Amino acid sequence: MLIRPKAGILDPQGQAVERALPALGFGGVSHVHVGRLVELDVEDPSKLPEMCERLLANPLIEDYEIQS
Amino acid sequence: MKFGVVRFPGSCDEVDAMLACQRVGEAVILWHQDTDLQGVDAVIVPGGFSYGDYLRVGAIARFAPIMGEVERFARNGGLVLGICNGFQVLCEAGLLSGALLPNTSLRFVCRQVELEVVNASIPWTRACSVGDRLSIPAKHTTGRYWAPDPVLDELEADDHVVLRYAPGENFNGSARDIAGVCNAAGNVLGLMPHPEHAVDVLTGSVDGLKLIGAPA
Repeated sequence: MLIRPKAGILDPQGQAVERALPALGFGGVSHVHVGRLVELDVEDPSKLPEMCERLLANPLIEDYEIQS
Repeated sequence: MKFGVVRFPGSCDEVDAMLACQRVGEAVILWHQDTDLQGVDAVIVPGGFSYGDYLRVGAIARFAPIMGEVERFARNGGLVLGICNGFQVLCEAGLLSGALLPNTSLRFVCRQVELEVVNASIPWTRACSVGDRLSIPAKHTTGRYWAPDPVLDELEADDHVVLRYAPGENFNGSARDIAGVCNAAGNVLGLMPHPEHAVDVLTGSVDGLKLIGAPA
């Protein structure tokens, strides 16, 4: 599961990374957002959205994406 | 008045909360694995780093066995005060609107802050008047109150914003300077600053007792 801050919510961590990259000579970087990755083995993948909604993400402030 | 103070693994302000409550009444610890509120009249969900703040602040504490009882207590009109991490837990539990995000500075900040009382009609603020200033310490990294604009409009229209940072005091970037909000019934209050650390002139302020002592 990839979990990231919702668009439009100030993401100071993303901004800090965005400022740091040019300092190392990496230009042309924008819209940096820092989220988190949750890796798991699951017997019933149909339960994943509920897992995200109830615990792994806070749907008020975060979007999630399920990859398999 | 008997207060119950929740203790999660990683709580660190429950002892100060107990001592603050004991100035105005009795206090007992409510262990996170228990499901008995011991007949308390009010519950304090204290500050700290419950469950190591793993995953997201308050996210795991919200499912602790004691929290099921605290939620039931709150929904039946019981008095609940969430301080700092406790505020984060109550937001995660859906007892309060909104969420707490990292401070815009991304830094842990520990300082005395000036708060303004916006709503003095709930049990926790009835010892105050609207416009009163309270001097209370705050200490957190994840205290930027946020909710979508329509929710903020509703909170303001319904008088559920209880405390704001005074002008110039909003160090964490909270939306509309909000420091504390209550639920619709007014029995549940959450705030980021720590009233339990402002109960003795020795440490600079006794304004915290105005909140903690109000229901007693």
